[in-house]
Amino acid sequence: MRPSVPFSTLLSSLHAGQFAIISGLDAQNELYLRLTAMGLRIGKQVQLLRSAAFSGPLHVRVGTTDIMLRKSEAARVQVVPVDDAANV
Amino acid sequence: MKRIALLGMPNAGKSTFFNRLTGASARVGNWPGVTVDLLGAKVLIGANMVEAIDLPGIYDLQGFSEDEEVVRRFLSLNQVDLAVVIVNTAQIERQLSLVLQLKHLGVPMMVLLNMSDEAKKLGITIDTQQLSGLLDCPVALISAKYGNGYQGAYQLIQKELSGNRPPVTVNLASPPLAEPALEAEMAQVIAASVQIPAHASDQLTQRMDRVLLHPIAGLPIFFFIMFLLFQGIFILGKPIQDGLAWLFQLIRTSALEPLLSILPAPVTGLLLDGIYNGVGTVASFVPLIVLFFLFMALVEDSGYLSRAAFLMDALMAKLGLDGRSFVMVLMGFGCNVPALMGTRVMRSRPLRLLTMLVIPFSLCSARLQVFVFFIAALFTPRQAPLVLFSLYMMSFATTLLSALLFKSKFANSEPFILEMPPYRFPTWRQMVLRGWQEVHHFMHRATKFIIIGVVLVYVLTNFPTNVAPASSGTIAGWLGTSLAPILDPIGINMQLAIALIFGFVAKEIVIGSLAVIYGMDGGALMSTMASQIDWVQAYSFMLFTLIYTPCLSTIATIRTESRSRSFTLLALVWPLTLAWVVSFVFYRSARAFGY
Repeated sequence: MRPSVPFSTLLSSLHAGQFAIISGLDAQNELYLRLTAMGLRIGKQVQLLRSAAFSGPLHVRVGTTDIMLRKSEAARVQVVPVDDAANV
Repeated sequence: MKRIALLGMPNAGKSTFFNRLTGASARVGNWPGVTVDLLGAKVLIGANMVEAIDLPGIYDLQGFSEDEEVVRRFLSLNQVDLAVVIVNTAQIERQLSLVLQLKHLGVPMMVLLNMSDEAKKLGITIDTQQLSGLLDCPVALISAKYGNGYQGAYQLIQKELSGNRPPVTVNLASPPLAEPALEAEMAQVIAASVQIPAHASDQLTQRMDRVLLHPIAGLPIFFFIMFLLFQGIFILGKPIQDGLAWLFQLIRTSALEPLLSILPAPVTGLLLDGIYNGVGTVASFVPLIVLFFLFMALVEDSGYLSRAAFLMDALMAKLGLDGRSFVMVLMGFGCNVPALMGTRVMRSRPLRLLTMLVIPFSLCSARLQVFVFFIAALFTPRQAPLVLFSLYMMSFATTLLSALLFKSKFANSEPFILEMPPYRFPTWRQMVLRGWQEVHHFMHRATKFIIIGVVLVYVLTNFPTNVAPASSGTIAGWLGTSLAPILDPIGINMQLAIALIFGFVAKEIVIGSLAVIYGMDGGALMSTMASQIDWVQAYSFMLFTLIYTPCLSTIATIRTESRSRSFTLLALVWPLTLAWVVSFVFYRSARAFGY
């Protein structure tokens, strides 16, 4: 396996099962409050569990909380993918 | 009197704790946002009467949805002696933010770490003494659902209230704790007092989600579950309803008729043909309704509603709604009123209004009674469940159509971020409580609407007294006849028209008033209906009943929740128009095809 080079992408671009660390939140006011209240904070690890059919919402795990959010909201969350949970 | 307020994030178990503390029966469910209004109860704690307030769940103190506004208004206008903050222990690393915000505001509080049973299963351990020291307030682990740790929590509340600390009004105007400082403090507190295993997740939930949220199979499974539920209610409930109808008839002929024969005929008529027939016919449907709500409680408590929101959001987005709208539509199958109030979790007004516009198309349990009655009268037992299912499909279809037609008028761009709680199963106690609540609710409506309604129908169909009851010479007959130009084209006769008029007040009255109009109950009424109208007329009548203006309570709720007269008018006129058009199209085409 080649060494993983950290690169930044969006939560909406992860593939199912992939882990990542949140590196930035491109959101203000209300959306920002809701994202952080759900546990999406910079430095936290997330895992994309699955996405719904017909470009539906994403099922994401952050810490011990499972949440769903639409692709458009997930595109506001910048992440750096990691190989798996053990790397953290 | 001292006052305690229950605070916490949505779906942390505040209402479950509130019910345990006060003996009340606030509605609970595994869905963020079941409680959208304040609920107060007086309870004896130690030697003092204390007022306990169950508040809607809030994610933070700056939120702007209607239910969060309810909490903010309450906290800034009322004095509170103690805030009991309920936290879902399994999610403490996230929910601690609200606790710290409250601490920063100087609210006198204590923290109850709820769902400790689930946290324990996940391997999460908490040093409560350490946590209590860091938060500078009492902390206790409990399970509000099963009662573990409840006594200790109760004593803690008692101890906290025993001092002479003056009550406070929360000053929400002060600047909130800055995000970096909040995050740093959260991290510090968690590191010092909480241990979370690297992979803490509910295995059962994971496995169930793999199937139930499957990208391809998920939606078909959802519809199949719904189909099974609706069929189950009908297949299990119908025999019980038949049995009760038979029992009520037996009581009438063997006890009431001989007993009341000493009274003058008009009085006996009013008592037996009016009130007893009317209320008895409706009451025979109570077991069916209780059964229905037990199934609903199971679905609500299981956490599957959130999965439904997940599965349906893509479609809902195309209709200008979101996954939560769909859940409210599902809740509307029980009763439209709480579903309408449930829209308070939405921040965007257009989204809320559009959702409120479509909720009344949900085939609520009151309409279910009408349909079960008509279907049993006019269709074979083999056809019956399918006919009922077609009405549920029609209910969805009118919901989708209305959203599609009005979505441009209520355009919105509300973010859709929602918690997906683990699967849970209600305790027997919770199920029984819920069933009892529905019986209670029915009795309440029975005294309020049904008795008055059936008495009114009796009077209208028996005056003037010199003509045959319910004939065109009576007041009701005149009313029905004057509506004939509108209702004849859709196959609805005079008697059904009268029932429809009363159905506007409450759908429970429809069957009751038919019993009064025809002067017979249960089985006899069914066979009379079958001889008077054919299945095309009956289906047209059911379509009209399904779609037309919901009951008075629904309209009143729409009025108070929307605070708009023009919107209420729209919510009144549009379903009425749609009902007529759908019934007309159905009735005319069925007749054109020779049925």
